[in-house]
Amino acid sequence: MSKIEELAQGVLAGERRSIARAITIIENDAPEAKRLIAKIYPHTGKAHIIGLTGPGGSGKSTLIEKIVKAYRRRGKTVGVVAVDPTSPFTGGAFLGDRIRMQELSTDEGVFIRSMATRNYPGGIAKATRDAVKILDAAGKDIVIVETVGAGQSEVEIIKVAETIVVIHAPGLGDDIQAIKAGLMEIADIFVVNKADRENAEKAVIDIQAMLQLNTKEKKWKPPVLKTVALTGEGVPQLIEKLEEHRNFLKKEKAEEKSLLRAETELVEAIKEKAVNSIIEELKREGKFQEVLQKIMAKEIDPASAAEELLHSKFRRKNDAKT
Amino acid sequence: MLEKEKVDEIKRERERWEKTTLPNWIRQCPECKSEFRNHSGMLIKRVYTPEDVKDLDYIRDLGFPGEYPFTRGLHATMYRGRLWTMRMFAGYGTAEDTNKRFKYLLSEGETGLSTAFDYPTIMGYDSDHPMARGEVGVCGVAISSLQDMEVLFNGIPLDKVTTSMTINGPASILLSMYIAVGDKQGVSREKLGGTTQNDNLKEFFAQKLCIFPPKPSVKLTTDVIEYCARHLPKWNPVSISGYHIREAGATALQELAFTLYDGIAYVESTLERGLKVDDFAHRLSFFFASHNDFFEEIAKFRAARRLWAKIMKERFHAKNPRSMWMRMHVQTSGCTLTAQQPLNNIVRTTIQALAAVLGGTQSLHTNSFDEALCLPTEEAVRVALRTQQIIAYESGVTNTVDPLGGSYYVEALTKEMEEKAMEYIQKIDDMGGAVAAIEKGFFQKEIAESAYRYQREIDEKKRILVGVNEFTIEGEECPIELLRIDPKVEKEQVARLQKLKRERDNRKVKEILEKLHYAAEKEENLMPTIIEAVKAYATLGEITDVLRKVYGEYKELIVI
Amino acid sequence: MQSKRKIRVLIAKPGLDSHDRGAKVVARALRDAGMEVIYTGLRQTPEQIVETALQEDVDVIGLSILSGAHKALFPRIMELLKEKGLTDVMVFAGGIIPDEDVPEMKKLGIKEIFGPGTPTEKIIEFVLENVPKRT
Repeated sequence: MSKIEELAQGVLAGERRSIARAITIIENDAPEAKRLIAKIYPHTGKAHIIGLTGPGGSGKSTLIEKIVKAYRRRGKTVGVVAVDPTSPFTGGAFLGDRIRMQELSTDEGVFIRSMATRNYPGGIAKATRDAVKILDAAGKDIVIVETVGAGQSEVEIIKVAETIVVIHAPGLGDDIQAIKAGLMEIADIFVVNKADRENAEKAVIDIQAMLQLNTKEKKWKPPVLKTVALTGEGVPQLIEKLEEHRNFLKKEKAEEKSLLRAETELVEAIKEKAVNSIIEELKREGKFQEVLQKIMAKEIDPASAAEELLHSKFRRKNDAKT
Repeated sequence: MLEKEKVDEIKRERERWEKTTLPNWIRQCPECKSEFRNHSGMLIKRVYTPEDVKDLDYIRDLGFPGEYPFTRGLHATMYRGRLWTMRMFAGYGTAEDTNKRFKYLLSEGETGLSTAFDYPTIMGYDSDHPMARGEVGVCGVAISSLQDMEVLFNGIPLDKVTTSMTINGPASILLSMYIAVGDKQGVSREKLGGTTQNDNLKEFFAQKLCIFPPKPSVKLTTDVIEYCARHLPKWNPVSISGYHIREAGATALQELAFTLYDGIAYVESTLERGLKVDDFAHRLSFFFASHNDFFEEIAKFRAARRLWAKIMKERFHAKNPRSMWMRMHVQTSGCTLTAQQPLNNIVRTTIQALAAVLGGTQSLHTNSFDEALCLPTEEAVRVALRTQQIIAYESGVTNTVDPLGGSYYVEALTKEMEEKAMEYIQKIDDMGGAVAAIEKGFFQKEIAESAYRYQREIDEKKRILVGVNEFTIEGEECPIELLRIDPKVEKEQVARLQKLKRERDNRKVKEILEKLHYAAEKEENLMPTIIEAVKAYATLGEITDVLRKVYGEYKELIVI
Repeated sequence: MQSKRKIRVLIAKPGLDSHDRGAKVVARALRDAGMEVIYTGLRQTPEQIVETALQEDVDVIGLSILSGAHKALFPRIMELLKEKGLTDVMVFAGGIIPDEDVPEMKKLGIKEIFGPGTPTEKIIEFVLENVPKRT
């Protein structure tokens, strides 16, 4: 059995070291990564994938800890992927989300992995999607993805999660207005955390008002919940809603959403492969470097150069066919 | 302080000096930096003149010692009347070991006791708790029950000594034990003198020994302040600490501002209990560090006194002058001690101690030279104590009050410290107060930045640490003997604790712990119930666990 | 954008020691040197540290301790790492660990001990040079 096969078996058996190693291989975009995913992909689709997004200071990590504990009490196993930003200057990252969940690190039914965005935009890492697949295939009932805290343009999460929870906390200096339209659109559940603060009630009302304004007819009406993550207040109701949404998705077969997700993934995969192989070929033929020199000498601009290259490539291809 | 014409004349002369005399010197001997700044970021001038103190009003800004605003000192005669208390922090191993060290220090001339507890005790764990493994008696004395406390103070009359206890989360428990020991010795509670550190706010961003979340932690601190105001008139219920803030990496300015703000927060929380400010404020005490920048430290101490007096008078409308006193204990800085060439630390400690004395401290601990490596040996701690005694008896600095008062440099620096600290205070007020600022990570960020900046300065040799990044010795070996804690200590302590648990009235303990649980939920002042509990020999861990159930445990907000 | 391999470092505070100034400064320095740093926060048991190292699949562990409890805690940590099959993780330590204890700690498998006053550059260089190669 090859190493990848062994690793895949380990993942499917829920073996923790294998899960960890598998995620690393994905993160580093190693050549084996694709083979690994190929092996485990048929075993995915069982977990409930929940995305949690919201600004820094909203209490995301504390809330996640309470959510995980609640699911554990119900006998479910949980995987958590916590994403933090990579510094664009140094390429390094400080991954501190799991601090809030450290008590859970020795719970056999919980697997927590911290991930850096490695400059991928939109609040998650490029590898997040596949890391979720690993945890899914490993048999986790629930997989939670915690995005980077900016909370305003983090719509990449819809590519990964089935249920999106948007969390807000009063008094962060952010107006409800700051919850950009994108987030309003993608949220399946809104949570106002730190609900024991002043302005919590107002935040709930404001969000509900904004939801009314959204005229698109939706089968699922996103509820607005209140929690106090520190004490766990409101968490049981949140779990109920999460389960409700899960059932809703099952009933509606939510094919549209998962079809969209699958399509997006396929298109991206094709794009990446196609583009990479074209560029590789051009480089092999020496055409790439040639044109690069011309650009440096200001003989041609990059956009025109690209056109030329592609035109010559595809024309040659067409010629070869005839 | 001088008339305008005189100051203008000096200004003109300085400008002339800068044009004529100075340039030659700069050519011959250029200054080694383009800008001289202290670590708080203040620009230090080449020379200070009356211009720098032209707005200083002697009566308003300095006054006479013993009178508002107390800049020059709390007492009219200061060290001419009575020296500062030489109070050496001590504690390790079992209660017997520390009892011995206490007696040794008292016999060598120490005038007050100061207790260091081990990590398990500080975090509310008994010596037999799994988290205590490997830590019992290592950094301080292990106290799990009243029985240990009785051994600790065996043969030490509590009406003759004052005792400081460096304990925060479980402060109410340790104080209750001290009271119980006093009761047994027949000393009336009004006579008990000492201090509990009991400053829970700073734990969240400096010392990090937090057990409970911020709000219940402030409640527990305030319980002790209130109880002492009513029942222990000679006890300082809280030592509002800047030392740990500084050791965590803050600048002198941040140490000053954040400490004062914590003080403001405790005054506010105690006023909410219905007490009047003059009922309790005179017993609030403070604890600062003393670091290497000699004049920065002296300015900090003086600014602290003046600023606190103003805050108590203007913000809290205190009437009694004693409510405006900032009584301080100072400890020389631990983080400036080096493991390399440890004897150099004696020199550092001396400079730092001298700054504290010239800053007018009421009480002083000097670190031992081996403390970058270990807990101090008897020999090392004796040298540290002698350092204070030599300053007190041989240097002559105690012959006059506030000898540096009027120095252009020191007064300018004191003023700048005060003004910049006020800016911080305003900022924290705007944020909504200490707890809000903690939750926002404000203090943590400020401190992390200063700590990182300091380290970068050392790495880049912009800041010299003698023996560490300059004047090093290649292949240096550790030349001194270190104090080691015998691992037997843990075994003995655990055995003793388990024996206690078997022999005490466990039914009574169960009852009192239930009573405590109920009282905590009702938000009563817990001191009376905790005293009852310790007298029944409920352990520190058992009492803390009850509180953990009611208040929850704190999870840190990390800011690097 | 291709994701290249990044060095993943776990900075851990075992036991009750609450001095985290050094651990945080080192964490930040390693991040600024381009590494991904996972910090556990204070008061971690050996079990929590090793589980974290496993789940995060780290290359390096840095242990920070100033309380003197290293003699009890480090052996347990190294034992657990072996038990869980994490023998290819490089472990270094810092804080207050007397010179005379260093040989014993190294025998446990701790690659290097950095005492007080170590320049952060030295630690970064050490990690870069000693990070285990992965196949």
